[in-house]
Amino acid sequence: MERIPIIKMGPFLLVTIQVDMHDRLVMALQEDLTEMVSSNGARGVLINISSLDMVDSYIGRMLGGIASITSLMDAYTVVVGMQPAVAITMVELGISLQGVMTALNVEKGMDLLRSKLKLAPEQDHEIDREE
Amino acid sequence: MAKVNTIRLMAEKKDELLQQWIELHLASLSLRKDIIGNENLYRQSRDFIDAFVQAAEGADFEDINRVEWTTVRKILAEISTNRSRQGYSPSETASYVFTLKEAIIRLLQKEYGVQPDVLIQETLTISKILDKLGLLTFETYSKAREEVIYRQQQEMLELSTPVIQLWDGILALPLIGTLDSGRTQVVMENLLRGILSTNSDVAILDISGVPTVDTLVAQHIIKTVSAARLMGAECIISGIRPEIAQTIVQLGVDLSMVKTRATLAGALKLALDMRKLTIVQIGKA
Repeated sequence: MERIPIIKMGPFLLVTIQVDMHDRLVMALQEDLTEMVSSNGARGVLINISSLDMVDSYIGRMLGGIASITSLMDAYTVVVGMQPAVAITMVELGISLQGVMTALNVEKGMDLLRSKLKLAPEQDHEIDREE
Repeated sequence: MAKVNTIRLMAEKKDELLQQWIELHLASLSLRKDIIGNENLYRQSRDFIDAFVQAAEGADFEDINRVEWTTVRKILAEISTNRSRQGYSPSETASYVFTLKEAIIRLLQKEYGVQPDVLIQETLTISKILDKLGLLTFETYSKAREEVIYRQQQEMLELSTPVIQLWDGILALPLIGTLDSGRTQVVMENLLRGILSTNSDVAILDISGVPTVDTLVAQHIIKTVSAARLMGAECIISGIRPEIAQTIVQLGVDLSMVKTRATLAGALKLALDMRKLTIVQIGKA
């Protein structure tokens, strides 16, 4: 069965959804992600849904659910890159993801997670090379 | 047969009829003789009579919706649509067909003046069909008008919801006029698209120009704010006038999860704070 890959990056877990979500896929994602958070002791989870252009009520609720679950496990969760059409649909469906952080893109999402964990902002690589 | 008489007469005396018709028609137009060139009108009318005679020969006289009348209907529709766009009054447009009726009846009178029975019969038949065509002109005229109104409405929708970039990462959306669900939809879509294209973190919704805020409008605003938040942008509502603040509280609308400011200046200041920016005075003004 196909699965959505979860990438570990330092204290963070990165999930990028690039395929059309269906009910079983999102359930598998929820299981994998909670498992990973617990086994890696991840402090932040970033879910990138910028390629997702359609949601139904179930997927919308599950996304909110995943974010709430990982927050419960002491990992800050940020959902990034939601498309306008998806945002409108979610609001119309009455899913406002209360208590879940959101950001415009992956970059801003990472900054947000870093500031929440009080980590130093990522160094600019070019400056590193100059030194 | 009765109908054949009139049609034959129309075909035979086409030039005379045309002359008379155009004279009558021009007399009925009070101001706009200049807009349609005489030549144009002449050609159009000749086409119309030709099509009319042709259709009437082959078809049922009663029903103008039949295939045989397609050309006639098309010519009339074209004329009324054009006239509606050029700003003719409805009666000026309808008089095109009605003056033809007058011209035909005059022709009939000249021909059958001595046979009142035939004259009445012919007049009745031709009146019926031309009245139907007259109504058709009127319908097309109002349809064309409605299209114009609809287009203007769409343009106003577009015009009234500009998304302005105030600062790097700060958008403003001044709302003017009554908010209904159709407009809110456009506002929401424009705002979200603007957030995406300019990569903005903060959006200011200014409602100084919204005359009244009721529960429905408040709900629309809350929806817009929630949608922007889902995308990762914060919304600030500004321009809340005293009477609107009173109404919102009296209606029991909960705006506590939305940041609000009284003026656009206040909202801009808050937005700059949120982006950790500040404005400093660098000298004496």
